[in-house]
Amino acid sequence: MDTFDNEMRLTFQAKSCNEALARMTVAAFLTPLNPTLEELADTKTAVSEAVTNAIIHGYGEAGGTVELWCARKGNEVQFSVKDTGSGIADIAAAMEPMYTSKPELERSGMGFSFMEAFTDELVVESAVGEGTLVRMKKVIG
Amino acid sequence: MQAAEYEVKNDVLVIRLKADLDHHTAVSVREAADALLARSHAKHILFDFTGVEFMDSSGIGVIMGRYRQVIFSGGRVGVTGVGTSVDRIFRISGLYKIVEQYKNAEEAFIRPASECCAGGN
Repeated sequence: MDTFDNEMRLTFQAKSCNEALARMTVAAFLTPLNPTLEELADTKTAVSEAVTNAIIHGYGEAGGTVELWCARKGNEVQFSVKDTGSGIADIAAAMEPMYTSKPELERSGMGFSFMEAFTDELVVESAVGEGTLVRMKKVIG
Repeated sequence: MQAAEYEVKNDVLVIRLKADLDHHTAVSVREAADALLARSHAKHILFDFTGVEFMDSSGIGVIMGRYRQVIFSGGRVGVTGVGTSVDRIFRISGLYKIVEQYKNAEEAFIRPASECCAGGN
């Protein structure tokens, strides 16, 4: 098992008001690394996208629990967002820029593109009916 | 906290954002903006981001959605007060291709008399 300099786990209801909570939590977790404003904004955006996906696509009206995990070792930060919702049938399609399964909700289809652009590594694991785990890494500094 | 304040000034619906523009706030902004567009004479929309430090792809959705609302009746969408973080999202997403950026709200209201005084729809 990896030994981290620090690690945290936050679980919250899949409610949109918790998107800001997740962003603020990850920002606070990064603070000891003295991130630049850009690094902070990048990380907050990536987490916000993943949490929003879990709430809208993972659970929708049904609701559920979202788990945010963050760990750091040196200047590398890992974070993940997990839901046990509906899962993604076609991950490659979901990750296409501008693709959205919910155009009626005015989703821009840029979520995964932003996660990819704003982090150094993005891995998406998903199974229909079981849920989705989005893992990201970012080097600070 | 309210996500935004709204004002119809001449033919412009001004949306002064007061919080991060994420999925949570996007829903209320969309509903309030569309209600005002339906019952006012506003033709154009100006998003004022002054003081807003965060926007994600949900914000892109709400701006593109409003653009689609006004474009067919000749309206335009403008933004002002865009800070560094929000500006990056605008640039990366290509949103500046459809929205005009203004230095301030006053500049956004300067347009040819024919346009601003036409009865509109």
